[in-house]
Amino acid sequence: MSLLSVENLTVSRGGLAVLEGVTFSLHAGRALVLRGPNGIGKTTLLRTLAGLQPPLAGSISMPGEAMAYAAHADGLKATLSVRENLRFWAAIYETDTIDHALDQMNLRGLAGRAAHSLSAGQKRRLGLARLLVTGRPIWVLDEPTVSLDAASVALFASAVRAHLATGGAALMATHIDLGLEEAEVLDIAPFKARPPEEGGHKGAFDHDFDGAFL
Amino acid sequence: MSIWEYANPVKFMQTSGWLLPWIIGATVLTLVPGLVWGFFFTPLAAEFGATVKVIYVHVPAATFAINIWVMMLVTSLIWLIRRHHVSALAAKAAAPIGMVMTLIALITGAFWGQPMWGTWWEWDPRLTSFLILFLFYLGYIALWEAIENPDTAADLTGVLCLVGSVFAVLSRYAAMFWNQGLHQGSTLSLDKEEHIADVFWQPLVLSIIGFGLLFVTLLLLRTRTEIRARRLSALEQRERMA
Amino acid sequence: MIALLMRDLRLAIRAGGGFGLGLAFFLIVVTLVPFGVGPEGAILSRIAAGILWLGALLACLLSLDRIFALDFEDGSLDLLATAPIPLEAVVTMKALAHWITTGLPLVLAAPLFAVLLHLPTPAYFWLEVSLLLGTPALSVLGTFGAALTVGLKRGGLLLSLLVLPLYVPTLIFGAELVRRGGEGMAVQVPLAMLAGITAATIALVPFASAAAIRVNLR
Repeated sequence: MSLLSVENLTVSRGGLAVLEGVTFSLHAGRALVLRGPNGIGKTTLLRTLAGLQPPLAGSISMPGEAMAYAAHADGLKATLSVRENLRFWAAIYETDTIDHALDQMNLRGLAGRAAHSLSAGQKRRLGLARLLVTGRPIWVLDEPTVSLDAASVALFASAVRAHLATGGAALMATHIDLGLEEAEVLDIAPFKARPPEEGGHKGAFDHDFDGAFL
Repeated sequence: MSIWEYANPVKFMQTSGWLLPWIIGATVLTLVPGLVWGFFFTPLAAEFGATVKVIYVHVPAATFAINIWVMMLVTSLIWLIRRHHVSALAAKAAAPIGMVMTLIALITGAFWGQPMWGTWWEWDPRLTSFLILFLFYLGYIALWEAIENPDTAADLTGVLCLVGSVFAVLSRYAAMFWNQGLHQGSTLSLDKEEHIADVFWQPLVLSIIGFGLLFVTLLLLRTRTEIRARRLSALEQRERMA
Repeated sequence: MIALLMRDLRLAIRAGGGFGLGLAFFLIVVTLVPFGVGPEGAILSRIAAGILWLGALLACLLSLDRIFALDFEDGSLDLLATAPIPLEAVVTMKALAHWITTGLPLVLAAPLFAVLLHLPTPAYFWLEVSLLLGTPALSVLGTFGAALTVGLKRGGLLLSLLVLPLYVPTLIFGAELVRRGGEGMAVQVPLAMLAGITAATIALVPFASAAAIRVNLR
């Protein structure tokens, strides 16, 4: 069963198309890793899928209220404790428990600590634990492993695997190998948008009106 | 052929380029005679003195100070609903013109008011409303200037224009209520149009038409500049991407 | 939604100065005014209503730029925008949190400060009524201004420029209500207008604020 399917999607940054014709689908129990050079538009693509910005063209179909998005920034409140941070998101997503998230991301011992006293890697783990409390089947993750050490990457990989095993799906942009053998890789470099003169998306100000300049 | 075709930048540039010389001509042919007639060929009204002649600038400027805001509201709505770039840029282009019109109305009002009321400034509801309108123009323009992404700026200023319009009208009524609270019936009414004689009225109408055409001229010129600037930044952006 | 409100209140308390700063600013304004206009009780008592309202308005303005800025910087705003609660509810809760941390303390402390300015005794009741009715509108409109300027580096000054003209009707009717109430005149019109403006603002402006946030996150 396809949880998320994307067809002919054109995404833009600053009004300019960066990727076009992006097509893929993500099935329950599967993970998809997006690869591509820096600046190609991975973050833009993920933000578009998360509904933060409208696509220029194409369609995204997924069940309603099915997606949890994790950006570069973790959205942690420095003065709240680890437990309070997670409780807040659990309340927003109306799920009841944060215990499994604390255990899976090995945060149990840190639960009472304020978020500002955590190391960068611990903060990242807390950010990822937030995904676990959302209870959403589709995870959309932007560089989830930044500042994680090898042990934490393995921890994260096992959390993803457990999520997939329960019928979830994950879409992530990352450069490192997570050791997830079930993950497919999608290289998005071929979807780089063409300039308008080569048939790419034409914005309102890409039309040539040199004649009208006179 | 629909009116929305002119919302296409190319079509707009062509049409406005063709129209501009004619509109400039019409502006000169109405504004100059209107002002000259008003300034030099109207009799002096005994009770007002020579300063009354400032109405040939004051009234048209005040009229358009308000109407330009209304135009900005309409073009902002068109942008927010139909996403026509020319519409948003026209609103952006109109704002400084409207602000200057408001300023002219305020300053000429002071020149007129000084000999008549013995003060440069009176917190009359009308004057107060224009001062508030001026503040709204200031905020609107400042927001355009502060935001880098032009589409974001167009959206946010559009929303501000919408909300601002409601509060500008509210402020007008609040000011009327507030001043009546202070004075108990203002004696300094500016409503002289009602008993104004034809000799004064005719050049005034001509001046108002002249100011209107002047506004259209400036608006077309400024909108064309904005469109060119957008085209330029689009080209630059492509350059950077490639 | 309640969780969001509680979180914001908790953050305001932990960050320190959330409640106190606006009040301290209010007190300073009230203290400085007599230095500017002279110590005569008659003059002060005549302008007290206006000064108190102006002080409340400026104190409210002081904390506006923090409403969304922190959430924008640490990425929570992105996450809230993708969360299952509508953005309109988010901005409404933000406005409510702002009112509880700045508006409500001002309402409670205003009678004390009014003593310093010789506010006429019958006006105290109307001062409380007008602030209670008017300050929520200040918070909601401030949230709108904060939403417009959330992505900007130096949005603070611009925020004041955008928000203060929107405060004009509330200020006029609020101060007028106190003045009339103090003089024993009819208060129905300013009372109804003040309440009406606040009610309409709370009902409608969050949609504009949410739209502005969406545009800024794009």
